[in-house]
Amino acid sequence: MNTTAIDTAGTAPSRFICHEEPPVHNGTLLGFWIYLMSDCFIFASLFACNAVLGTNYAGGPSAAQVLDLPGLAVNTALLLISSVTFGFAMLEMARRNQRAMLGWLAVSGLLAAAFVGLEIHEFAGMIAEGAGPDRSAFLSSFFTLVGTHGLHVSVGILWLIVLMVQTGKFGLTEANIRRLRCLSMFWHFLDLVWVGVFSYVYLAGVLR
Amino acid sequence: MPEAMPHRAAIWNFLFGRLSLDSLPFLQPDLEGRIVLVTLIVVLIGGLAILGFVTKKRLWGYLWHEWFTSVDHKKLGIMYMILATVMLLRGFSDAIMMRAQQAVAFGPHMGYLPPEHYDQIFSAHGSIMIFFVGMAYITGLMNFAMPLQIGSRDVAFPFLNNLSFWFTFWGSILFMVSLFIGDFSTAGWLAYPPISELQQGPGVDYYIWGLQLAGVGTLLTGVNFVATIVKMRAPGMSLMKMPVFSWTTLCTSGLIIATFPVLTATLFLLSLDRYLGTHFFTSGFGGNIMMYINLIWVWGHPEVYILILPLFGVYSEIVPTFSGKPLFGYSSMVYATVAIMIMSYLVWLHHFFTMGSGADVNSFFSLTTMMISIPTGVKIFNWLFTMYRGRVRFTVPMLWTMGFLFTFTIGGMTGVMLSVAPADFLLHNSLFLIAHFHNVIIGGTVFGVFAAVNYWFPKAFGFKLDEFWGKVSFWCWQIGFWVAFGPLYILGLMGVTRRLSHFDNPALQPYFVVAAFGAFLIAIGILAFVIQIGISIKRREAYAVGNDPWNGRTLEWATSSPPPDYNFAFIPNVHERDAWTDMKKHGYQRPMEGFNTIHMPKNTAAGAIIGVLSFACCFGLVWYIWWLAVVSFVGVIAVAIAHTFNYHRDYHIPADEVRKIEHTNSWQPDTAEVRA
Repeated sequence: MNTTAIDTAGTAPSRFICHEEPPVHNGTLLGFWIYLMSDCFIFASLFACNAVLGTNYAGGPSAAQVLDLPGLAVNTALLLISSVTFGFAMLEMARRNQRAMLGWLAVSGLLAAAFVGLEIHEFAGMIAEGAGPDRSAFLSSFFTLVGTHGLHVSVGILWLIVLMVQTGKFGLTEANIRRLRCLSMFWHFLDLVWVGVFSYVYLAGVLR
Repeated sequence: MPEAMPHRAAIWNFLFGRLSLDSLPFLQPDLEGRIVLVTLIVVLIGGLAILGFVTKKRLWGYLWHEWFTSVDHKKLGIMYMILATVMLLRGFSDAIMMRAQQAVAFGPHMGYLPPEHYDQIFSAHGSIMIFFVGMAYITGLMNFAMPLQIGSRDVAFPFLNNLSFWFTFWGSILFMVSLFIGDFSTAGWLAYPPISELQQGPGVDYYIWGLQLAGVGTLLTGVNFVATIVKMRAPGMSLMKMPVFSWTTLCTSGLIIATFPVLTATLFLLSLDRYLGTHFFTSGFGGNIMMYINLIWVWGHPEVYILILPLFGVYSEIVPTFSGKPLFGYSSMVYATVAIMIMSYLVWLHHFFTMGSGADVNSFFSLTTMMISIPTGVKIFNWLFTMYRGRVRFTVPMLWTMGFLFTFTIGGMTGVMLSVAPADFLLHNSLFLIAHFHNVIIGGTVFGVFAAVNYWFPKAFGFKLDEFWGKVSFWCWQIGFWVAFGPLYILGLMGVTRRLSHFDNPALQPYFVVAAFGAFLIAIGILAFVIQIGISIKRREAYAVGNDPWNGRTLEWATSSPPPDYNFAFIPNVHERDAWTDMKKHGYQRPMEGFNTIHMPKNTAAGAIIGVLSFACCFGLVWYIWWLAVVSFVGVIAVAIAHTFNYHRDYHIPADEVRKIEHTNSWQPDTAEVRA
């Protein structure tokens, strides 16, 4: 540092300040992604419970006896296809094609609703057979993990409806596009979690 | 397992759940009832006095518009600090009751607290001190200082910041309500099953829902701060030019993001066991109690580093400032912080060496625990070397820092003793452990908080805190701490276990009497702190200082005291570490012309409303008042959705207005003579 000159910012530009307001970086997408990573830890805890408690049948039914694999195939297909259709919606958003986007969003929402409906049906059937969450630690962990995922999907559907209303009303504004991107991340994240659920809790569950 | 409802007409059970007149402890004729009654009367008188004062001075509108709905990180930070201080008084009342009980309850004397009440007190003390004192203090400090240090106008999500505060606030209110309506958990600060599963009253439910609220608030804060630091640093401030306090904020937030969800999940599972009869942590039906203990400590161990890292940052600001030198070993300080952050995940099992994990597992966690003391040692040496050959000014913040260096280092060493698994078999659950963790939490976190309050108070309010009462507070805490916890170390080595409300062996009594005297000294320390604040407010004209009273080194000292809403009229352009020192060295003059329009977030009431509704929901869940829980939960969702329909969340401060504010604020640094 050879300069000891007085930095007279009042009269001459100072190198220590931004004379123009620097551009604002919107942190929403990053922040939401970080939130999703924290949600990962909730699911990680529930997966850990399932790993530890998954064979504690306590004299009750085992995974192979209560889990409905054909139903699972339908369910999984519904959710994964809804992810694809959500992707189509995002492509339409990129083209600023609001009508087509809303259409694909509606399709995604309906597929997810069918997923939640089938899951509730599965749960009701198990509880009717006496295989409810209070029957054994295995069933507690099963219902909690699958149910928490289902709850997330339900929240996603509610959010989807709100965003469809908002986009319909206010159009594809910058704020709405940002929100739709967040929901898109949420949607694909839940798909990823479901891949873990069906492969670990269902497929590996009936084998062990 | 839901408890049976009181016997009465169904409509009452619908309206009030399991809440009845019998749930009100202050109506009971026993000693406990009288203690609670007296407390209630004191709280009511104090509360009414405050409400009366606010009403008389017509401050409600001011409080609502300027504070409760504020999204300003500085104001939220100050509100966190006030909340934490109030809760410190509550948590400390619990402490002094325990010390008084243990000093007298020997042989035939049972003391004045029945065991059931004593158990509630230690459970409340621990959870309040961690969640509503420690966490609230560090969140307050990070909120106030970090955005100023990185030269930004606010945090990335200002509304979320306000919401986080209200979640924490209402969680603490839930804890306070448990004092007068029903009772609190007796299951200790971590609510281990099976006690937390079998205890039927509302106590554990208060604990669960209070912590769920506070935990969600903390998680959102963590997300917010990481996004802020990643996205909103001033131009030129690369990560390795960031002040160390901001670094520790970043690492703390990372820890919060990766651990608080585990706490949320664990408490969620415990509540499922309690409400729906699932079998996660039960003894029968395949449940696994160790699952709870592992999960809670997977959160719990990083949590203690969450509580200390921000204060390591505070010391790293204070030591260079008052030594008149840059921090020794900046990079090693950063790497040590990151190392602690990562390693804190690999030590959780040392909290239960005795619970049958076997020699191999114990050895692994024993070694990792010893290793984590290495980066901490690096930090201690960095602070010492910063002071070495510096011109150390023994101000109040510096005194607390010196007290920390002495006290915390000893606490760290007893921690290394506990990390030796075979030694832990003897010391586990003894008063030695109690002395150890108070040694690091008081010596590290509490001392750091007081150092930080004395350091940043002039920045927040424009006047310094009284030196004399600050020193009284420091010496009472410093000496009181050792008088209170020295005997506990000795008792622990003699094999006395924690959480006892009565002792048979009268030979132990002198130690407990000394410990009670130590607690009394700490009480004077707390009182001196309150007096210090009071006197300083009264003499605020005389104590007024300029913007840079300590000859600070980082950007928060580059703006006026208190800082304007927008923090900096011009966003700083950073070239070096210790950016403000760099600016002063080059004779930087604050510009008085050429202002721009500034873009700012608007205040919003949504956070305060969602907070109240969440409280109502949790209260309903505690007492099985299902209609209240459902209605308020739907309310939370509705308000949140309604809030998203508001797209006009920001406003602009015109350049003229900025000019006016900048010309009104005194801004001349008053430390020209110490510029070297």
